[in-house]
Amino acid sequence: MTRLGQTFLGMILIFLYTPILVLMAMGFNESALYELPFQFSTRWYSALASNTELLTSSFNSIVLAVITAVVATTIGTLAALALSRRTFRGRSLLQLLLLPPIAIPWLITGTAMLIFFFWTGIGRGMHALIIGHVALAVPYVVLVVGTGMKSVRADLEEAAMSLGSTPIHAFFAITLPLLFPSILGAALFAFAVSLDQFVISYFLSSPGYTTLPVQIYSAIRKGFTPEINAISTLLLLGSMTVILIFARFAKPGAPK
Amino acid sequence: MTTVSVQNVAKSFGTIPVLRDIDAVFPQGTFTSLLGPSGSGKTTLLRIIAGFVAPDDGEVQIGDKDVTGVPVWGRNIGMMFQSYALFPHMTVARNVAFGLERRGIRGAEAAKAVAEALDMVHLSDFGDRMPKNLSGGQQQRVALARAMVIKPSVLLLDEPLSALDRRLRQEMQVELLRIQRQTGLTTIFVTHDQEEALTLSDRIAILDKGRIVQSGAPEEIYENPQTRFAAEFLGDSNFLTGVVESGGVRLPDGTAIQTTVPLPANGQKTTLAIRPEKMSPTPMDGTTNQITAKILTVIYAGPALSYLLQTPDGTRLKLFLANRDGTLMREGETITLYWSPAHSIPVQD
Repeated sequence: MTRLGQTFLGMILIFLYTPILVLMAMGFNESALYELPFQFSTRWYSALASNTELLTSSFNSIVLAVITAVVATTIGTLAALALSRRTFRGRSLLQLLLLPPIAIPWLITGTAMLIFFFWTGIGRGMHALIIGHVALAVPYVVLVVGTGMKSVRADLEEAAMSLGSTPIHAFFAITLPLLFPSILGAALFAFAVSLDQFVISYFLSSPGYTTLPVQIYSAIRKGFTPEINAISTLLLLGSMTVILIFARFAKPGAPK
Repeated sequence: MTTVSVQNVAKSFGTIPVLRDIDAVFPQGTFTSLLGPSGSGKTTLLRIIAGFVAPDDGEVQIGDKDVTGVPVWGRNIGMMFQSYALFPHMTVARNVAFGLERRGIRGAEAAKAVAEALDMVHLSDFGDRMPKNLSGGQQQRVALARAMVIKPSVLLLDEPLSALDRRLRQEMQVELLRIQRQTGLTTIFVTHDQEEALTLSDRIAILDKGRIVQSGAPEEIYENPQTRFAAEFLGDSNFLTGVVESGGVRLPDGTAIQTTVPLPANGQKTTLAIRPEKMSPTPMDGTTNQITAKILTVIYAGPALSYLLQTPDGTRLKLFLANRDGTLMREGETITLYWSPAHSIPVQD
């Protein structure tokens, strides 16, 4: 059984990583039409340096993802704290309503947002993308931080208060440090949701402000070069580094 | 050294009353147990004294100060929780130092106090460990050191030993009592374990359905329970119900039971409580009360023998005997039980 399991796991990893490895390799191939045999070259990376459209949209994507992560994590963490520590009218309903957006297809959410933003005059562009991405990411943050809160027992804060902590001090000295890995994980989730986002970004970006996935999509339609492989490789390595650093420090799944 | 008292305290959660008319004094230096089944309100009372719960009515005093409006962090209490509640991201020493830091005590002075506190619970070498690397008993000791190091006015214990296994629990009981005696700290201990309450306490307050039904020294309550609930919850008891008749109680089958305790007026229905170990199958000096019963079950527990019996009218009785010579009475045997009038205690239902 172990053998079978290992084989299975190996196959999953192959299916996951082969396309990515091919994409990375082709970024270093001389041919503009992805032709073999493979001939090593860094010309696409050099070309990338002068491709302002790709660079600007990459920069936009990263800035947007960072803003989304910060804003969504702050809002979502506060919401998760309220949902898990306080009792108020409508709490269960609120908790329940947070889940469907995760399952609603992004195409539908995106269309709804586009119509709503047009109708309210919010329009399109960076501010609309921030609102849209934060709205998408908040439910994930609430879920992740809320799960983390379950492992921080309420009596730890009570113990701190019995020793002289005010509730605010108890929160910063006890709850927040214990919750930190969950908050970091949630922020990463929010970052990824934003960086990954195509459908909603496509609807909400304006001609002057676009993100990398949207830019890649229009490039593909126009005919494209391995510069796209180059920028994808750079972004991929960047986000994988972040994730591995996180995994190293937060040890998700490790016994507490 | 502080006397703690609560006056007239009442608390409801929503429409459900949890505590009613609670008046209690915890004299300085005493060890008092709040004993009751779950739902009796004992934990709520402790949390009101701690300041986690505000009473709807009444006052809480610690020393000569009315603390009813003072939040928990201003009350200078030491508290131990059922789950230990050690801070998992801090070393043992930092856990113990937490309350000192809140009082502005740092550096060498704090380190000295922490070392003393850990020494008191025999964990001097454990300061650098993380709580998760300690056994349950050790964690409990750290929790005790952490509560004691701040020199609290009162020590509040919320069933702190219930998560430990039996042997460890007995060890911790001894330890707790030693430290309480050494420091002379007013201690209030919540428990549902009657044996624990009996062995540890100077005083016991028995709670039932949100009221204190009886309080006093353990032997006072044990020997003279005032209610059927107190007689049953603290120790075991046999109950015989009859009608008061010329200084005694006449049972339905005509047996007259004598008591030395004052009874209600003649003709009143009353219940007598008799402790199972106060009855004997052989008559002795002064055991003028007697009743016959058939042995239903024999329970052999080494040093102690328990018998479950039934009287001809169906009343169940228990009899506890010391195992003196290893001879047992047999199931099915009908025997006569004798006891002294002084051990028939009238109780309220």
